[in-house]
Amino acid sequence: MDWASVLVDGILATIGPITAAYAISAIGLNLQFGYAGLLNFGHVAFMLVGAYGTAITVDLGGPLWLGIIVGILAAALLGLLLGLPTLRLRADYLAITTIAAAEVIRLLVRSSWAQPLTNGVFGIQGFADSFFDLNPFPPSQLYGIGSLIVTGRKLWVMLVGWTLVMLLTLLIRRLIKSPWGRVLKAIREDEDATISLGKNVFAYKLQALMIGGSIAGIAGILLAVEQQNVTPDAYLPKITFILYVIVILGGAGTILGPVVGAVVFQFLFFTIDALMVNAQANIGWVGDLLTPAAAGQIKLVLVGVGMMVLMIFRPQGVLGNREEVLIDER
Amino acid sequence: MSADHPMAGVAPEPGVHKPDPVLISNGLQRSFGGLHAVDIDHLEIQRHTVTSLIGPNGAGKTTLFNLLTGFDKPDAGEWHLDGGALVGIAAFRVARRGMVRTFQLTRSLARLTVMDNMLVAAKDNEGEGLWGSLTGGWHATERANEQRASGLLVRFGLDHMANEYAGGLSGGQRKLLEMARALMMEPEVVMLDEPMAGVNPVLTQSLLSHITGLRDGGKTVVFVEHDMDVVQEISDWVIVMAQGRVIAEGPPEIIAKNPAVIDAYLGAHHGEAAE
Ligand SMILES: Nc1ncnc2c1ncn2[C@@H]1O[C@H](COP(=O)(O)OP(=O)(O)O)[C@@H](O)[C@H]1O
Ligand SMILES: [Mg+2]
Repeated sequence: MDWASVLVDGILATIGPITAAYAISAIGLNLQFGYAGLLNFGHVAFMLVGAYGTAITVDLGGPLWLGIIVGILAAALLGLLLGLPTLRLRADYLAITTIAAAEVIRLLVRSSWAQPLTNGVFGIQGFADSFFDLNPFPPSQLYGIGSLIVTGRKLWVMLVGWTLVMLLTLLIRRLIKSPWGRVLKAIREDEDATISLGKNVFAYKLQALMIGGSIAGIAGILLAVEQQNVTPDAYLPKITFILYVIVILGGAGTILGPVVGAVVFQFLFFTIDALMVNAQANIGWVGDLLTPAAAGQIKLVLVGVGMMVLMIFRPQGVLGNREEVLIDER
Repeated sequence: MSADHPMAGVAPEPGVHKPDPVLISNGLQRSFGGLHAVDIDHLEIQRHTVTSLIGPNGAGKTTLFNLLTGFDKPDAGEWHLDGGALVGIAAFRVARRGMVRTFQLTRSLARLTVMDNMLVAAKDNEGEGLWGSLTGGWHATERANEQRASGLLVRFGLDHMANEYAGGLSGGQRKLLEMARALMMEPEVVMLDEPMAGVNPVLTQSLLSHITGLRDGGKTVVFVEHDMDVVQEISDWVIVMAQGRVIAEGPPEIIAKNPAVIDAYLGAHHGEAAE
């Protein structure tokens, strides 16, 4: 059993660009769910639309920067389209509409009907070359300390990804600590009361849905650029639920919660993953007991148990305020 | 009632015209299925008075509040606040126009502090716009609002709780907060739906003095109440509803003697539990 390499694998995955992308997407979801109380169960669709908006624009001959703008605007537009008919209705309408829309969009993108544009199940590849042209680090050179080593290519995406995480966190902080953010929290607590105080609740909810959606779009673009690849089946509903886990784990309605949640989740996930792979290969009786595939299943069980333990001892999440959670809604 | 009282000489009958009405409604109707929850030909609320709205449970008082404040849509009818038509106006706009309501079941914003509950009610804060929140420049407004909120919290005896979560207040304190919060909007008409329900006797006295204080401060108060003693004590005018209709209105001492009221309201009320 090689404990050091388990830890190194865990840490490398945790600080990597994928964690940054999940953190960004969770920042968007936290604005919607943690602050405005919106139940958006189709968050992954905003990532898909962002990613495909970029990929298709470049595929059609546009420059990458234009693709990024198109992707972000398309995600905001999705928020508008989903919000307009539902945000005046009871909260569950948004939940149902978003969960359905997310699957419809994914199936549409992978359908043969959309193939000319989306290339169906095969997706679109190699649209982010101009992003990597900007990489100041020689892509195959190795950087790092001790055994924590990454390639220059990965370092570049990490740098951009975590810079985005920081900028978006600052943006959300400014929004939330303003009177605008206070209205959002009031809506989360009680819509009718907020209406009775003269606030245009519908407009605020729409803004939160669109801004949170655009941020998810940015996350989708980052992931797509990192992988130089978009395929429809990367955008399954389970991504949305992982993002809810991240937001709640870190502390819904806190500014750094989504970032901490993403880091904790990814660390748990990848460390346990590395642990299972290592145990399966190196410990005789584990190897006898489990196939590599079964080890993967057990990993998920262990991650689930880890989340449960955390929620039992910190129901407010890592950063949440316990006092807030204990307030009963009288 | 003294001769110089604004309501002196107004006949105690349903739908009567008042000398200076701030709120006028005509032909207001709302039914749920076959049930006529509200069916009122004509109603006027006199400016700068405390008008009590009484009636047994299910009389339609809350529904009337909901209609007047835009929280529910009538099947028919029109109404004006200070001459401005309110038909089809969204509830949040009605509030901005100066008619603010509270709810029968208190609605504090639990996970906001008492101070934030107050601040969120203030009007015209440029930091509440998306652009304004990003560019800043709202801090001066915020300071001024905080000053005003502090003053109101002192008046309502909540200043020591300013930084607590509103969810941690007692039921009575929440009623006080809801009233103070409504005042942050500097309304002209305050509609209080059972502000005294579930409040202990000490707080009831303080709530009552706040209600008369509002009137003396130049606001119009309409409030729903069950306790006839309370109504007698502070009302300038009483409107009695039963089964969606206004069955009587008049000064409290006359209403208390009205046989139809005693029959429809008091008799029924004494026999049943409070809502
Ligand atoms: N949303 C609703 N749907 C169906 N019936 C309602 C609704 N709101 C009120 N009612 C009915 O309308 C009548 C008046 O209710 P309400 O205005 O709450 O009375 P009050 O406030 O005087 O006790 C009651 O019979 C009540 O059951
Ligand atoms: Mg009622």
